Amino acid sequence: MFRNVAELVERAEREQIKIAEVMIRQEMEVTERSREDIIAQMEKNLQVMEQAVIRGLAGVRSHSGLTGGDAPLLQQYIARGQFLSGETILDAVSKAMATNEVNAAMGMICATPTAGSAGVVPGTLFAVKEKLQPTREQMVEFLFTAGAFGFVVANNASISGAAGGCQAEVGSAAGMAAAALVEMAGGTPRQAAEAMAIALKNMLGLVCDPVAGLVEVPCVKRNAIGAANAMIAADMALAGIQSRIPCDEVIEAMFRIGQTMPVALKETAQGGLAATPTARKWEADIFGKPNEKRE
Amino acid sequence: MKYRSVFDIIGPIMIGPSSSHTAGAVRIGKVARNLFGRKPAWADIFFYGSFAETYRGHGTDVAIVGGLLNFDTFDERMKTSLHIAKQEGIRITFHEEEAIPPHPNTAKIRLGDEKGELELVGISIGGGKIEIIELNGFELKLSGHHPALLIMHNDRYGAIAGVANVLAKYAINIGHMEVSRKEKGKQALMTIEVDQNIDDAIVEQLKALPHIIDVTKIVE
Repeated sequence: MFRNVAELVERAEREQIKIAEVMIRQEMEVTERSREDIIAQMEKNLQVMEQAVIRGLAGVRSHSGLTGGDAPLLQQYIARGQFLSGETILDAVSKAMATNEVNAAMGMICATPTAGSAGVVPGTLFAVKEKLQPTREQMVEFLFTAGAFGFVVANNASISGAAGGCQAEVGSAAGMAAAALVEMAGGTPRQAAEAMAIALKNMLGLVCDPVAGLVEVPCVKRNAIGAANAMIAADMALAGIQSRIPCDEVIEAMFRIGQTMPVALKETAQGGLAATPTARKWEADIFGKPNEKRE
Repeated sequence: MKYRSVFDIIGPIMIGPSSSHTAGAVRIGKVARNLFGRKPAWADIFFYGSFAETYRGHGTDVAIVGGLLNFDTFDERMKTSLHIAKQEGIRITFHEEEAIPPHPNTAKIRLGDEKGELELVGISIGGGKIEIIELNGFELKLSGHHPALLIMHNDRYGAIAGVANVLAKYAINIGHMEVSRKEKGKQALMTIEVDQNIDDAIVEQLKALPHIIDVTKIVE
């Protein structure tokens, strides 16, 4: 099994195969399942992601009323053609939000790598689908590439907000998406690793401070910007820009930051945005009273 | 390495909103249900750390009860699990604990009926992946993702060899195994994760071995 990004890239280069293929072969080896079986399961995940994007773009609302409806709002804005950034990037942002709005509404999603960060990978995938016109097989490969990088993060750092803050969730997702975007666009395994490093570096230190403990505010908008971050990091890597700090060391830094991050900022709804007056007011409105322990 | 499969990262397919606080909680509840082997009459659920602070927002309560009802992480009935449990006559009590646990996402479930009780402690380590770290006071490490055998036995020489012999006879490979005891010479617990589901006939053979008190299996 590859233990870090360096080994993953080295194996892809030595065997002259894609990162996605390294991941598929390892999965076959570890689980003793057939290639068809493994690909079919990933195809099922892809279908769930697609359904969640469609549902979110049509408009959903969470039980608390805090989130929902922003994904279609952004699509309407894109359609007017007067946007400042770019169409693909805004489409990725909208589709990332669509997924997380469905998640917040207790709809069905596929965790990538977690539910709270489930928007970034499918958001970017379904946005570049319009531009790169990948086959269904290539879209499934995108998920294996993303999975390979996430696998390294999960084993060497963390993908849990309670253990490592939002950098471990949306940060990991942005890195995974950036790497997968590079590979789908024809970049090398090394460039994919650079994209992951660049994306994750810009998420370091991000805390997990969900308002009222709900996976809604600021999660939906963090997925939005996580998707934008992934798109830009992918473009930078494809341009030939390298991270001065190697990807594995960025992951190690993320782990250490997570360990020293105060508990109040790790999914306990005690600090950060969760402790603002407005957040406390919402908390009281939603649950009838603010949690006394937190006051 | 804690994570072994790409589907630990891309997946699970689940009802939101949180993989650790919702999907992971379903899985902890489901392992408890599987180990108990039948519908419980009552369950006391204790939340620690981040679980205690945010369980209402994440639907951790709904999810863990969904697991006790044997739901999968993607079961659309999840939202109404508390109501369903009530209809089925299961008495559920939630407790918010102040003790600081070793892992931030920790839940303890004590459940039972007139025939018996069971207590387990589970942690949700991220992305929906869980570990069971304590069962009836015995420390162990169980992912719940593989078929497994839990064997309560007397702490005597030969008990482990007897079990291993039976598994070898049926060509069952052991992926992970550990033994835990509270006191030397008293009761002990063998936890054996295997590669395939175990037939009931094999479980019966294991039960008949000397020094074996009880055998429970977890199917995939």
